[in-house]
Amino acid sequence: MKKVDEIIRMTDITKTYGEGEAETTVLRDIDLVVKKGEFLGITGRSGSGKSTLMHIIGLLDSPTSGNYVLNGTDTSKLKEDELAFRRNKEIGFVFQSFNLLPKLSALENVILPAIYAGINNKERTEKATMLLTMLGLENHIGKKPNQMSGGQQQRVAIARALMNDPELILADEPTGNLDTKSGDDVMKTLRHLNDEGKTVIIITHEHDIAIQAKKLIQLEDGMLMHERKKTVAT
Amino acid sequence: MNIEELFVLSTKAIFANKLRSFLTTLGITIGVFAIIVLVSIGSGLQTYITNEISSLGPNIIDVIPGNSLLTAFGPGTQNKLTISLAQGLSDKLTSTAQVAPLVEVLTTVKYKNIESKNVYAIGTTYVYPKAVVYGKTVIGTFFSKGQEQSGANVAVIGYTVYSKYFKNQNPIGQKIFIGNEKYTVVGVTEKSGVSLGVDHDNVVYMPLEAAHSQFGIDRLTEIVVNAKSQELVPIVKTQINTVLSKKLTKDEFSIQTGDTLVNTISNITNMLSLALGGIAAISLLVGGIGVANIMLVSVTERTKEIGLRKALGAKRNDILAQFLLEAVMLSVTGGIIGIILGMLASIGIAIILVSTVTWWSVILAFGFSAAVGIIFGMAPALRASKLNPIDALRYE
Repeated sequence: MKKVDEIIRMTDITKTYGEGEAETTVLRDIDLVVKKGEFLGITGRSGSGKSTLMHIIGLLDSPTSGNYVLNGTDTSKLKEDELAFRRNKEIGFVFQSFNLLPKLSALENVILPAIYAGINNKERTEKATMLLTMLGLENHIGKKPNQMSGGQQQRVAIARALMNDPELILADEPTGNLDTKSGDDVMKTLRHLNDEGKTVIIITHEHDIAIQAKKLIQLEDGMLMHERKKTVAT
Repeated sequence: MNIEELFVLSTKAIFANKLRSFLTTLGITIGVFAIIVLVSIGSGLQTYITNEISSLGPNIIDVIPGNSLLTAFGPGTQNKLTISLAQGLSDKLTSTAQVAPLVEVLTTVKYKNIESKNVYAIGTTYVYPKAVVYGKTVIGTFFSKGQEQSGANVAVIGYTVYSKYFKNQNPIGQKIFIGNEKYTVVGVTEKSGVSLGVDHDNVVYMPLEAAHSQFGIDRLTEIVVNAKSQELVPIVKTQINTVLSKKLTKDEFSIQTGDTLVNTISNITNMLSLALGGIAAISLLVGGIGVANIMLVSVTERTKEIGLRKALGAKRNDILAQFLLEAVMLSVTGGIIGIILGMLASIGIAIILVSTVTWWSVILAFGFSAAVGIIFGMAPALRASKLNPIDALRYE
């Protein structure tokens, strides 16, 4: 039975690397359900497997065993190009190191996902301009990443994540490379997107950031330790 | 992703590394340039020789010693074509053709102590001007049957020899030395020009008998037979064959008409073109390896970009097309520059030597450079398309 209000349902997800004696288990028997519109924080020390979990959720990596249903589709049966299609349409990525293409302008970077979605030039340029304006970057549309501050670059990346209107925003340490002020701006933007109905999952090892999520889970040695409701308001 | 976007993407990538792209392109340019130029020279040579042969006249039949193909490519056989054989041939063919036997010797000509080395002395008969286009005289006359039979030392000189010794002076009756013997000049042949570095006017003509006794040669370089009409050419050919076969084996003489001569020479020049083109193709191959190499470097350098593009929704074919198009654009640009330079060079070469740009070589060269791009770009592009997004994203 699939429930429409669930965006993610993970059952017994395990991820191991290597073989034989070199085998290391990064994730063990993860069960996780994320409802549409949630703001979930995933915390854990480095090496706890949170990045791997993020990559599996983002369809960048596949689990060794277990079942992952995204938006009602069993992802284990999807081929490489079908995974690419879903990454393109259903997921928006925000990375710690921004991952903007250095030779492209802010506008061109934001447009990228729309190019792979086959949206025409006029429509996608308008959309990208609108998104950049919404994020306060109207004066930086033609700038290259190296002409912008870290906070501005991360906002370009958020605009890019929103380009194809995905339901799910995945943010991997989005404030990790930013000063406190810029980090706060980015978090404010993510909370705002959540208020507008996007499901947001954020990975962080910073407690200050994690507690801004409405729901928090913690990973320890590849295991989901506990799920708790937000206790501290900001 | 549509083709227009791919073009923009590839162009950007190519211009992002201008020097590297230029050097990669250069490899293809040189290969294509070499193909165009060498094939042009080959085909220019062929056209030129063909024209030269047909200018000799449509009714000319050439009898040469040995097997023509063997003498062109292998060791020469002993020359069995004697003066007496030519005489016999001449007697049999009186009603159908003019027969001019020829011996050629490189010798020294001297007039008033001015020496000319490496002049062709051609010993022949009075029939020569009737059989061969080069025999027309502009001053005086060719030596006559009477002069020839009297055993007089008479000579007809080519225009180059005339210009050197007798400019503004009547050469008729003057005495010149051919080798060590004195000859009286009786005529000057008209200018026929230089072809392939050979000056056809740097010659002296002397009676066959005089050449025989002076230089001790009784084997002929060739017998030129000029049929009285074009219809007679095949009959004359048969007659020659019948006469000579009585004395010689079929490997000891060859009969060539304009057609067969053109064929023989075409065979040689085609082989030459092929060999030259083959060598040029190797340089194109090396250029292709250059493309493959630089594309591999490019894929490695841009691993992270590839990973990001995949994370954002690029499918395998999007990445494949991006890198393949980049390789094809590099090599086709190189190809086009090579074609332009090659055509310019061919036109330049045509001024001093012979060269004809052939359209098939241009199309072939273009096709080759595109194919090189696809073939040598495929492996790097496949490699890029198969990258795992997460491995590529993690790559530093």
